[in-house]
Amino acid sequence: MSKLLEVENLKKYFKTPGGPLKAVDDVSFSIDKGKTLGVVGESGCGKSTLGRAILGLHEATEGQVLFEGRDITHIKKKDRRKLTCDMQIIFQDPFSSLDPRKTVWAQIAEPLRVSGEHMSRDALNYRIEELMDTVGLAKRFTYSYPHELDGGRRQRIGVARALALNPKFIVCDEPVSALDVSIQAQILNLLQDLQEEKELTYMFITHDMSVVRHISDEIMVMYVGTVVEKSPAKELFRQPQHPYTKGLLSAIPVPDIRRNKKRVLMQGEITSPIDPPPGCRFARRCPYAKDICRKQTPPYEETLPDHFTACHFIREINSL
Amino acid sequence: MKELEIKDLTIHYKTRKTEICAVNGINLSLEKGETLGLVGETGAGKTTTALGILQLVPSPPGQILGGEILFQGENLLEKDDDDMRKIRGQKISMIFQDPMTALNPVMTVGEQIAEVIREHGICSHAEADERARKMLETVGIPPERAKEYPHQFSGGMKQRVVIAIAIACSPDLLIADEPTTALDVTIQAQVLDMINELKERNGMSMILITHDLGVVAETCDKVAIMYAGQVVEYGDLEHIFEQTAHPYTRGLFGSLPSLSGDEKRLKPIVGLMPDPAALPTGCAFHPRCPIAIDICKQEAPPIVEVAPGHICRCHQDIPYQLQTPSVSGEAPQREKGVS
Repeated sequence: MSKLLEVENLKKYFKTPGGPLKAVDDVSFSIDKGKTLGVVGESGCGKSTLGRAILGLHEATEGQVLFEGRDITHIKKKDRRKLTCDMQIIFQDPFSSLDPRKTVWAQIAEPLRVSGEHMSRDALNYRIEELMDTVGLAKRFTYSYPHELDGGRRQRIGVARALALNPKFIVCDEPVSALDVSIQAQILNLLQDLQEEKELTYMFITHDMSVVRHISDEIMVMYVGTVVEKSPAKELFRQPQHPYTKGLLSAIPVPDIRRNKKRVLMQGEITSPIDPPPGCRFARRCPYAKDICRKQTPPYEETLPDHFTACHFIREINSL
Repeated sequence: MKELEIKDLTIHYKTRKTEICAVNGINLSLEKGETLGLVGETGAGKTTTALGILQLVPSPPGQILGGEILFQGENLLEKDDDDMRKIRGQKISMIFQDPMTALNPVMTVGEQIAEVIREHGICSHAEADERARKMLETVGIPPERAKEYPHQFSGGMKQRVVIAIAIACSPDLLIADEPTTALDVTIQAQVLDMINELKERNGMSMILITHDLGVVAETCDKVAIMYAGQVVEYGDLEHIFEQTAHPYTRGLFGSLPSLSGDEKRLKPIVGLMPDPAALPTGCAFHPRCPIAIDICKQEAPPIVEVAPGHICRCHQDIPYQLQTPSVSGEAPQREKGVS
């Protein structure tokens, strides 16, 4: 399987008066063509920043992003514009990511127009109609404004905009978080159908564990800027290894009343990413933390086939 | 005696142009010490119901058109403003949805908790401050932080402060409107555990408004599923989760990606919530219902007791048996043209 996207030691720091905010700190991974990588974590763990840094919406502080084998970390503005045809993003909030003064037609036409390729009015009309059909938006909404539509339909506009230029790779940044469950299921099915039809590759960012399990081939768990665990989707749920993943999974309320409700309750709050102390970022909340965890950054290594973790005591905890 | 009984409550919002039918004749009841989960999607009328109980429906445009709300045997709709003021906060209190906006940004959190206690004239000013500090400790915040302002707290901590305000006067009934929706899962687990513990310790009853069926499974005794301003299904937790009767409830379960199963595709409910200003005739769910027949379009469905204490609003005889909740029939190929 060919790798579509490779990320190597990517770092993104922001300057703040309190010291550097290490939003993404030394993250490496790759995504195969046609697959979905789910990125999960709690608010502030750097998952959205990671998605944006890959697309060049934030300039990376250090590290490399390779797209189809080509280094795109610091490419020229002109080349970046061409690249956006291949790499797109669907934003979280369909209520604020659309221009309130543009009709559905104009929203979808925008990426087609700025891509630089000249299209006749007829061709444009045809393409927009086609896209609206693909994402399941009825024709009668062509000249509606975003405020006239509900969240589910607005998110379909977001999907149509991302698809307009036939991309190969889409970063989906919490695309269903703002939607009701019945609408959420419609959008998830749509994204899966599109992936099959067009061989799309997704990086799916979310904090909803059941959604990520449903849609991903592989899942990467982030905690305060770092990757703590990465494994095939089903396996992560069957045998989570990192103490943070274990706590995270057991905290999810499950709609099943017969389930054993034993919980690994995590105490305390998330460490601030501003000038974090050395060592493992999770050490302050970790029940297994020892001295070394507060001093040395744990190595990120393959502990089971295709299953990566970053923890000093991973073998002891899981008796591997 | 039931702690709370709502009979045929109807609340509409009337503007010059339209009439929005937010709550259309709902019936609910709650025993002392129980937790009732009020479940439904955006616009189902959950929050309006809660505001109706406290008589905080903004008026105009909101109007309570009929029904009864019996709390400890007394009809709240017959009380005047002064009486309601005494009830709110002391007997019935509410945790509002968004902790980020529910707090006053220019008052210290200690002041905000003490305010409720003073308002009800329970004790002296100095004592109220002391109690406020104790409340903070109860919800797991160091009492020294009473002098800090809301912006100095994280989201989870702010929600704890909101909870401390709500329970400061040990109310008999607590209405929690999506108390954990804005929080991360690990923090959500902490807050839910805390609410449950406080509820048990004080013998409170609780109405938990949520759209998360997982949260319901872990905290509620009774469940009411709301759709378009009506309770379409009501019963014990086991009834709703294991003997799901109403097609809408089954649709909700079908829409959830599971954490253990292997389904390839979700089975969403087709279509969208109806506009509360123009509800469909007959059963409000019929345009989206996979098993709708002619009568559903014309007549409002009767309230059927499918098992003792398990109520369902549907025209059809639903095979009553233990089953995995899912919408009958195949999901449509692609929800094309739906939106």
